[in-house]
Amino acid sequence: MLLEIVGITKTFGGIRALDGVSFSVEKGAIHGLIGPNGAGKTTLINVLSGTAKPMEGRILLEGALIHSLPPYKVAALGIARTFQNIRLFAGMNCVENVIAGQHLKAKRQLLPRLLHLPSANREEREYRDKAMACLKRVGIEHRAAIPAGYLSYGERRRLEIARALALEPRILLLDEPVAGMRRRGIEQVGGLIRSLATQGMTILLIEHNMKFVMELCSRITVLNFGRVITTGAPSEVGRHPQVIEAYLGAEA
Amino acid sequence: MAFLMHFFAVYGNLVNFIGINALMALGLYVTLSAGQLSLGNAAFAGIGGYTAGILTMQFHAPYILSITSGAMLSGIVAVLIGLPVLRLRGVFLAMATLSFGEVVRIAAVNLTITGGAQGLVGIPNKTTTGLIFTVLALTGYFMAKLRQSRIGWSFESIREDEAAAASLGVNTTFYKTVAFTIGAIISGLAGGMYAHLNFIISPGEFGFSAAVQLLIYNIVGGTRIWYGPLLGATLLTALPEVLRGIGVTAGPIRMCVNGIILLLVILFLPNGLISLLSRSSSIAGPRP
Ligand SMILES: Nc1ncnc2c1ncn2[C@@H]1O[C@H](COP(=O)(O)OP(=O)(O)O)[C@@H](O)[C@H]1O
Ligand SMILES: [Mg+2]
Repeated sequence: MLLEIVGITKTFGGIRALDGVSFSVEKGAIHGLIGPNGAGKTTLINVLSGTAKPMEGRILLEGALIHSLPPYKVAALGIARTFQNIRLFAGMNCVENVIAGQHLKAKRQLLPRLLHLPSANREEREYRDKAMACLKRVGIEHRAAIPAGYLSYGERRRLEIARALALEPRILLLDEPVAGMRRRGIEQVGGLIRSLATQGMTILLIEHNMKFVMELCSRITVLNFGRVITTGAPSEVGRHPQVIEAYLGAEA
Repeated sequence: MAFLMHFFAVYGNLVNFIGINALMALGLYVTLSAGQLSLGNAAFAGIGGYTAGILTMQFHAPYILSITSGAMLSGIVAVLIGLPVLRLRGVFLAMATLSFGEVVRIAAVNLTITGGAQGLVGIPNKTTTGLIFTVLALTGYFMAKLRQSRIGWSFESIREDEAAAASLGVNTTFYKTVAFTIGAIISGLAGGMYAHLNFIISPGEFGFSAAVQLLIYNIVGGTRIWYGPLLGATLLTALPEVLRGIGVTAGPIRMCVNGIILLLVILFLPNGLISLLSRSSSIAGPRP
């Protein structure tokens, strides 16, 4: 198992946002994480990315404990994420946002730049091309020079994915990546996620759009009130009585 | 040429102070460019100024050694207080750096080696206009190149969104400390050069109002690019002279004009006067 989540508990005051959550994510899988609002999905991504510290439990990446690491060290281990409430660098344009995401991959040393060495320019062109390739991957390369604040909602979500891809991560945590998108955008992001997985990237995907999740994911974990109801293949999960109850209960 | 010589005879000192203030403002700019609001940069200038002055007067150290030692000591102090203090955010960080500034000022008032409340008197005049503007130009060049480096990109990411920056692998604590320290070194250097320009330095010059003045230079000029604070410092340092030229001499009126300019900029040009000069979003900021 690439990623093992073992007995994770996280409380906020009296609320048990996560209550003994355990499941594993296989390498190369598109693993869905679903559940009603307030189930604890975002909190779990925060714990996985080092933003929130669990009260109990362990997270293992290829057997190594990572749950006490700060976010920047988790990122350095190859875990990238997006945010449910999109967090772009609004003062930068699109390609600059992606360049900022190259922090771990691009050296951009100060000295060659101070000395005006040609190698610095060559390096810069190479990294810019890479950043453009990330934008192209999510389909917004034509917006490269546009400030992030000018983008449409769907474009912002894609730019955030492009910025995460700049880390060249092993694991990508996506928190509602197609929320608020139209059908065409949803299909494109779905295609992108599938192609990333084909290349060996592992994806943990939170999404409310059930059709999207069912079609895309090889395994799905269902959370409700901070607890795992079940983990399994989409067909099994869809038939699970407690899942049906949780969803009907939430929608009623 | 005759005109230039006349100009310098009359305004030479003003030109020097513009350069020094611009350099001090640049010191704060570095810290601000990483999103950290510091009110401690006047105190760093004080540490640099006192250190350099004492080395020159009591230990007869060569000028360049004195001012670089002052800058280095400022930098060392910044690392030491930066690590605990930079965990704080926004107003709390401002308060903590402000308290640090007060501690430095009170120390300067009470120590013998700093000359107490009277300050250091009789510091030899060794800072030349040429040196001031050479240092300023080199610092500006350094800023421009820093912005393109990994360090500069980290500062920018942290300023835009610290949590997002951390998720990209930016060690935010480290880079905030780097920003604070580079800022302190520049302010400390400016302080040492100021001490060797002004003949006398006293604790009050590096207190709260000086800290705020540095912030005002940055806000008025703009903090999205390194020459913003240069513009702010130049205009606001020259302003009293210009006002005197048109017959306004009273202190309170000058303070009012200062305040009005600050208010107008905050209200209508949130990214500073520099945003008038450029339409590029990286300088003028996002326009929603
Ligand atoms: N920072 C926080 N402070 C207090 N309560 C929180 C915080 N983050 C999440 N919660 C609470 O934890 C529960 C799970 O929230 P969340 O993980 O955002 O759910 P989901 O993403 O599944 O909608 C909710 O009850 C929410 O109110
Ligand atoms: Mg959520």
